[in-house]
Amino acid sequence: MSEIPHLLVHEQGDSVGVVVVEGLEANTDMLVCVTHDNSTFRLTALEAVPIGHKIALKDLAKGDTVFKYGEDIGIMTADVKKGHHLHTQNCKTKRW
Amino acid sequence: MTDLSKVTIQGYRRDNGRVGVRNHVLILPLDDISNAACEAVANNIKGTLAIPHAYGRLQFGIDLDVHFRTIIGTGCNPNVAAVVVIGIEPGWTQKVVDGIAATGKPVEGFSIEQNGDLKTIMNASRAAKDMVHYASELQREECSISDLWISTKCGESDTTTGLGSCPTVGNMYDKLLPHGIYGCFGETSEITGAEHICKKRAINEEVGERWYKMWKAYSEEVIFANQTDDLSDSQPTKGNIEGGLTTIEEKALGNLEKIGRTSQYIDILEPAEAPQSGKGLYFMDSSSAAAECVTLMAAGGYVLHTFPTGQGNVIGNPIVPVIKITANPRTVRTMSEHVDVDVSGILRRDMTIDQAGDELIEMICRTANGRNTAAEALGHREFSMTKYYRSA
Repeated sequence: MSEIPHLLVHEQGDSVGVVVVEGLEANTDMLVCVTHDNSTFRLTALEAVPIGHKIALKDLAKGDTVFKYGEDIGIMTADVKKGHHLHTQNCKTKRW
Repeated sequence: MTDLSKVTIQGYRRDNGRVGVRNHVLILPLDDISNAACEAVANNIKGTLAIPHAYGRLQFGIDLDVHFRTIIGTGCNPNVAAVVVIGIEPGWTQKVVDGIAATGKPVEGFSIEQNGDLKTIMNASRAAKDMVHYASELQREECSISDLWISTKCGESDTTTGLGSCPTVGNMYDKLLPHGIYGCFGETSEITGAEHICKKRAINEEVGERWYKMWKAYSEEVIFANQTDDLSDSQPTKGNIEGGLTTIEEKALGNLEKIGRTSQYIDILEPAEAPQSGKGLYFMDSSSAAAECVTLMAAGGYVLHTFPTGQGNVIGNPIVPVIKITANPRTVRTMSEHVDVDVSGILRRDMTIDQAGDELIEMICRTANGRNTAAEALGHREFSMTKYYRSA
């Protein structure tokens, strides 16, 4: 892959990808790679997100389940738009 | 790829047949109040290593059992050539000496009551000096890579551990377990969220059921019995959240990448228990705190530890080399002195998991042959006892 990806997604169908570059700025046209099958697509980051943090791949509403690794990793506690930061401010475990 | 069945390392073959990759002479306290005497002996006799710790008095029941397993297991570890044991009184001191003596290695015990620190230190120093002469003449010899016992536990995890460093360890296990190594993973609480997957990775249903019962018991008897909040400040940790991990499920799914794609565990170990069911992968019921977990696995007999980290955990162990692996380019940039294997190429998609696994295996061989790890060079010797409940 000649261009370095900005965002990695584990599985097709996941709700989120992980920022894998430092200093990602708002409005970056990101190269997104799904590690499971090496397929790629593009997505615009709508805010600056630190390396290691997640970006929503689609609009998610409060109460929606979040999928990563093809598995349920928690529930949305607030709405988030595609391209925005998804973390503890809008997502939590269902377990406790 | 090299034919792994032909790969050899230069190790110390002990009298009981086990292979060590280090050659320590330990000055081992039975209890907290013997730490000062042990440190004095280690100061007197160069080439010895004291490992002070916090407990050992008035413990009882399973809390005392895990204490003895940890102390005796540490002395028995093949990375240890010989041991001086010091305790406040002779009874429990002798119990540790007898446990270690079963391996055939030189071990002597000293007790402080009716001798005082000074006489104890003098007598123990003389014994330690003889052991240093003995250990320093032992030679490394050619051993198979399959003689290695390799444990794993990750720490200061973030989202890059699940993408890069944990799958690297998993790839190593998928390649080396078929050649007859012993493997070990654990971190009971940190499987929470991936327990349905972990249960299925047992060699058969019976082992999976036993694993699930163990995991559930910890949740119910420890977490739910003692929690004062929703655990959101402990699992994930503040460091995990800073690194981008949002929930315990997300953390657990990344953690479990350490057992690769094909590896299956064959049995479950109590904390600090040595494997009894032959070669293969084991799950050790253990804390997810780095120093406690690595201490328990070392006491179980594992001689090398592979440690994936995201945000940069700095842990080491007194007797076991801890190999740090990270895929986080920021951690490579800011904490390079702690990194043994840089797999950040996985995130740039210019390194495959398969290549990263090969690099880890090469570093395991170099470390087994004598290369000091980052943690060894930096003097990280964390030795932390696991405690179940308050002492009597």
